[in-house]
Amino acid sequence: MIATGLGREPRFVQVQWSSIEPSVERGDFDMGLSGVEDRPELRARRALSVPYYEFREVLAVRKADTARFRTLADLAGRRVGTLGATLAYQMLLDEQQRTGLVPVSYENDNHPYSDMLAGRVDAVLLDHIVAERSLRRVGGFVIQPVPAATSHYVVMFARRDTLLRDSVDAVLRARMADGSLEAAYRRWNIWDEGQRSLFAQVVGADSASRTVPVVGGASAPQGPTTVGSYVPALLQAAAITLVISVASMLIAIGLGIAIAAGRVYGGAVWRSALAVYVEVMRGTPILLQLFVIYYGLAEVVRLPALAAAIIGLGLNYAAYESEIYRGALQAVPRLQLEAARTLGFSEWQAFRLVRGPQAVRFALAPMTNDFVALLKDSSLVSVITVVELTKQTAIYAANIGSWLVPGILCAVVYLAMSLPLSRLARRLERRLEVR
Amino acid sequence: MADLAVRGLVVERAGRQMVRGVDLDVARGEVCVLMGESGAGKTTILRVVAALEPFAAGIVTAGEARLAPGPLPPQSQLRALRSTVGMVFQSHALFEHLSATDNVTLATTHVLGWEPSRSAARAAELLEQLGVAHRADARPGQLSGGEAQRVAIARALAPDPMLLLMDEPTAALDPARRTALATTVRDLAGAGRAVLISTHDEEFARAAADRVVRLVNGVIA
Repeated sequence: MIATGLGREPRFVQVQWSSIEPSVERGDFDMGLSGVEDRPELRARRALSVPYYEFREVLAVRKADTARFRTLADLAGRRVGTLGATLAYQMLLDEQQRTGLVPVSYENDNHPYSDMLAGRVDAVLLDHIVAERSLRRVGGFVIQPVPAATSHYVVMFARRDTLLRDSVDAVLRARMADGSLEAAYRRWNIWDEGQRSLFAQVVGADSASRTVPVVGGASAPQGPTTVGSYVPALLQAAAITLVISVASMLIAIGLGIAIAAGRVYGGAVWRSALAVYVEVMRGTPILLQLFVIYYGLAEVVRLPALAAAIIGLGLNYAAYESEIYRGALQAVPRLQLEAARTLGFSEWQAFRLVRGPQAVRFALAPMTNDFVALLKDSSLVSVITVVELTKQTAIYAANIGSWLVPGILCAVVYLAMSLPLSRLARRLERRLEVR
Repeated sequence: MADLAVRGLVVERAGRQMVRGVDLDVARGEVCVLMGESGAGKTTILRVVAALEPFAAGIVTAGEARLAPGPLPPQSQLRALRSTVGMVFQSHALFEHLSATDNVTLATTHVLGWEPSRSAARAAELLEQLGVAHRADARPGQLSGGEAQRVAIARALAPDPMLLLMDEPTAALDPARRTALATTVRDLAGAGRAVLISTHDEEFARAAADRVVRLVNGVIA
């Protein structure tokens, strides 16, 4: 409709929702639109059109909780899901400060609702369009009638593209005036009285004024935008990254030793079963494994996100660790084991006194390298709603509309954690060579 | 009956007979040297006596211990043999992560259950006796070939075995060291041990052996 109004050929370019802003600015496409929220700080950074749709942030809860959780205030201390880097997420963060509500950030808009039905979150705060579509698709929950906030969708352009923006504004106003936009909304079942008053205001306003005051509901809160205000959140996220990495490394070490011992000492059945485990874990993407553990197993065991993250990374890295240990065990010369046998040591004593201690020395340096890799791979767990360092940085970047400062900050924190470890690995390697 | 008695020993590996009906006796106080080309079966016989390799037929007795043909018995059923037979490997096979002293004390402490102080005293005595007391704290990687061998002998002697097996002991030694080793071996036998050595070093055999047994293609020539 817009392209026709401009006399141009539309071409669809898909990017992640949170990447619309940087992508439009670097020129991947000319206009970004898909639930782009009208926020003052965004208007200051980019060229935004007039509002074309009024949306409400609505609360969805399980049917049984209809009377219990009517507003955000009822959800103090509860887990509430939404999409990261949205107005709704910002509202949840504000609510967290006030009442201790726990925001849970998702990457797409299907999982929050299914996780609510599975009991992982108690409510979902999202745009009413998303909520109603999920209600039709998933069902089984209730949308509370009183909106938590009201705001508008706009079209986003690069900062320099104000002329294109003005043309699009003119097209939008014309389509609002001639009823064709209303007809389109009705076709998609998303027309309501809120749109009628929005259209009236947009068409009635003079062409220089682009914002429309929000009627009813809370106004949109604004996220912190300075570097200083993000440092505590980043450090907290770094702590989560560290906890995930250390805990999953411990699992990987324990399980890795067991797998390696099974493959070196075990019978044929054990050996081949463990070999299959190792090859499956190493041969499939860790992202897939995380999805399966968190969402796929949800019907059997409903793991909390952090636990799923730690277990997922631990199980995956155990495969890599076991290969290190297996190699290290096999690197201990066979003749030493025979010497231990002639001296009368049992298999277990030979393992504990002769083979194990030497294998540890061989394994130490590659293990340290693996831990550094794990530290970075822990960023993948954001796909199962864990907000660790990289995810927090992405939220920060989306809020301020730039990756530069957040990216540098994030890199500094990762390096502060990994550089000492890399140096330790090099020292261990050197010590082995000298011996 | 001899302290080590091997009767009708047959060893097969990958369908080939490595040792074909060997009889062998070694008594306490005696140094017996097995001579022969590489592949003649010398090392194989030593490894069978040390219960590191199974054999197809025959019987092996060492003191009270007795080995039968068939797969190797588990370590737990080899207590008598392990306390009777000590072995020094060609490449020494010292535990690389332990000092010379700890290599020697490991078995007496963990297998025989001696107090650490008693194990340490025994190790010090053996290292002194073999002339490597000054290397007691060195790691195997820091020892010369001759030193490593003497530490390996001390390790094998620590639990006081009746029979000592030595596989190609002169392989890494210069001539002067070979003469010294021959003296050491004579002393060990003089102290009442049986010693069985595999080598292809004629000169060493003459200096060390009470008896030389020649093997050709797995049979005694």
